[in-house]
Amino acid sequence: MWEYAPAPESRDIANLKPNYKMFVDGEFVEGTGEPLKTINPATEEVLAEVSTASESDVDTAVKAARKAYDRVWSKMPGSERAKYIYRIARQIQERGRELAVLESLDNGKPIKESRDTDVPTAASHFFYHAGWADKLGYAGYGPDPRPLGVAGQVIPWNFPLLMAAWKIAPALACGNTVVLKPAETTPLTALVLADIIQQCDLPPGVVNIIPGAGDVGAALVGHADVNKVAFTGSTDVGKVIQGQLAGTNKKLTLELGGKAANIVFDDAPLDQAVEGIVNGIFFNQGHVCCAGSRLLVQESIADELLEKLHARVSTLRVGDPLDKNTDVGAINSREQLTKIQELTASGEAEGATRWTSSCPLPDKGFFFAPTVFSGVSQAMRIAREEIFGPVLSVLTFRTPEEAVAKANNTPYGLSAGIWTEKGSRILWMAQRMRAGVVWSNTFNRFDPTAPFGGYQESGFGREGGRTGLEAYLDV
Amino acid sequence: MAAPTTLPSALADATRDESSLRRFLHGLPGVDQVGVEQRAAGLGTRSIKKASKLHAIDLAISMVDLTTLEGADTHGKVRSLAAKARRPDPDRPDVPQVAAVCVYPDMVKTAADDLVGTGINVASVATAFPSGRSTMDIKLADTRFAVEQGASEVDMVIDRGAFLSGRYGQVFEEIVKIKEACGDAHLKVILETGELVTYDNVRRASWLALLAGGDFIKTSTGKVQPAATLPVTHVMLQAVRDWKDQTGELRGVKPAGGIRTTKDAIKYLVAVHEVAGREWLDPHLFRFGASTLLNDLLMQRRTQLDGHYSGPDYVTVD
Repeated sequence: MWEYAPAPESRDIANLKPNYKMFVDGEFVEGTGEPLKTINPATEEVLAEVSTASESDVDTAVKAARKAYDRVWSKMPGSERAKYIYRIARQIQERGRELAVLESLDNGKPIKESRDTDVPTAASHFFYHAGWADKLGYAGYGPDPRPLGVAGQVIPWNFPLLMAAWKIAPALACGNTVVLKPAETTPLTALVLADIIQQCDLPPGVVNIIPGAGDVGAALVGHADVNKVAFTGSTDVGKVIQGQLAGTNKKLTLELGGKAANIVFDDAPLDQAVEGIVNGIFFNQGHVCCAGSRLLVQESIADELLEKLHARVSTLRVGDPLDKNTDVGAINSREQLTKIQELTASGEAEGATRWTSSCPLPDKGFFFAPTVFSGVSQAMRIAREEIFGPVLSVLTFRTPEEAVAKANNTPYGLSAGIWTEKGSRILWMAQRMRAGVVWSNTFNRFDPTAPFGGYQESGFGREGGRTGLEAYLDV
Repeated sequence: MAAPTTLPSALADATRDESSLRRFLHGLPGVDQVGVEQRAAGLGTRSIKKASKLHAIDLAISMVDLTTLEGADTHGKVRSLAAKARRPDPDRPDVPQVAAVCVYPDMVKTAADDLVGTGINVASVATAFPSGRSTMDIKLADTRFAVEQGASEVDMVIDRGAFLSGRYGQVFEEIVKIKEACGDAHLKVILETGELVTYDNVRRASWLALLAGGDFIKTSTGKVQPAATLPVTHVMLQAVRDWKDQTGELRGVKPAGGIRTTKDAIKYLVAVHEVAGREWLDPHLFRFGASTLLNDLLMQRRTQLDGHYSGPDYVTVD
């Protein structure tokens, strides 16, 4: 028997401090809100105490951002802004290991993902957008598009650093200043990013980072002097924000939930489709808004595919996020774990067939074994509601038309996957998918050059690519 | 055409005639290049340390087909290779023996005489290795000669020209006949994946060789670049796994050529472990065709046990 010995990345690399402060007007300052304790979801130990913003701190941060916008950032030539953004990108690379380990500690995601996906992609967003800063006149929004002003940004806990990069990089490139609120359970890497921003000598107030819970987010998006709101998170909160902003002249983009269909035709490259399904739903413990959480498989190959899928999922290694061989880490919070348990219970109660990997789980921390439901129908909750966990619902279809109908039969519309060796079918399907991102013969591929965003209850606006600049320009 | 063993009806039908065989091979699911390369690269990041590394090194040593296939081979060279096979690290008697010594047919007797009673197999390349460009009679004679000389394993090459021009029946028949000529000797079928080029072809050739009765499917002769690669080996491991799922039989895989370091070898073992499954972590079902790999394994083994690096002067050059 060959067992892999534990191969943990050293947690010392994270440079974890007992206390973290918020970052306002170029300085780290104590917030006047109730400090929060952020925990390691893999062990439930407290990692650090983080100061949070009160309503008056939000006001201070927005004022700092306004001043920086009026006096410095909006007047600075794009080529100068680009230098700062390039510097941030390089610093993220320099401190890549520190950020990766800290991200895995605070979020629970496996180190191989924070190291190979989150951190490099975060750096590439800054690199990509730095390139745009002095070329905005060629982006298709007129000869000299102007920034909007102060952007209030609220991000989720599933990709804490990467979402900060998605939000901050285009805002800065277009000449806006930023007040960003990281998620309550995962504030640490955003504050290290603040440290990087400080080291890069960004003018004070251009980027402000204020930790806190939902009330801080509400105060930020509701602040009268914010010109642009960008939110990534749940559909419920997104609706509240949209209601709150109705009648104001704030520009809004929302990137919300999803229930993506991953559609496998009988002529698909099966082994790679299995990989894509696994990557689609078990990447980042399924805490991915564009996760391929509904597998639609053509009936003629359903049994064969399911057998291969079970065999493959059984090889996933669940456990210590810092172990380099861990494939699936910890669920981010007890609250989320409870939600996943509740929804899987409903799947069983509604008559779907549950298969759960027999992998061993750690005694401590929040873990959930990879689970596949087969025999799922569109009427079940596990086919309609976003589970946001390592749980896949398998449905079948008979014809391409039926696949389209079932895939689109959701209030969401963020992403879709199409698996077939037939090129014409890929195009035919892609045209009919009501989803902002359509992958073919792959899944969960992210690139700063490709716009990302949704339809319907998955939100509106795009992030990344030339298209993504529109959200931060006065056009 | 006849299937050499009793197969499930779907597979037996595949070998009924040339057109059935073609339909079967072309009906196999495709292999997506981007996907299989991504998966191979992903598994390549596994971190194998401490006891698991030492175990992997010993396992890899026991899977080596220690090979010399050069025009300049002499009986002396083969004898020293046989000595190396018996005691890979003379200072450390606990190092496992390698699985086999692999030579040209005219060197088989020399190797066999030196390896009597050791349990180490003698493998011989045959069938007009490495190009396979000769008549069937000569290929059969080549095989019989190798077996008569004492080879317990035969590494044949397929006719890539026939395969690429779609004459699958011909390739199939050749393998069946060579297998017959092998008698009790194990047959490894070299696909020469560097000349088949596409992963779809690798999958088809793998199934063709399995249907025809090959005990092992082997990537390369080592004479063509690229030789063994991780993604190609993934496709072949998937084929033997699928074969087992459908027939219950276990067949082996042998990547050969270009695997020179312990780090590489461990990546292959991880692939064996996670793509095919645990039962393939066995010299009867997985081999490395290699020459320089062995010394790197030995150096890494010393490093693991001694806690410091030694150097190439502390392992024998044979």
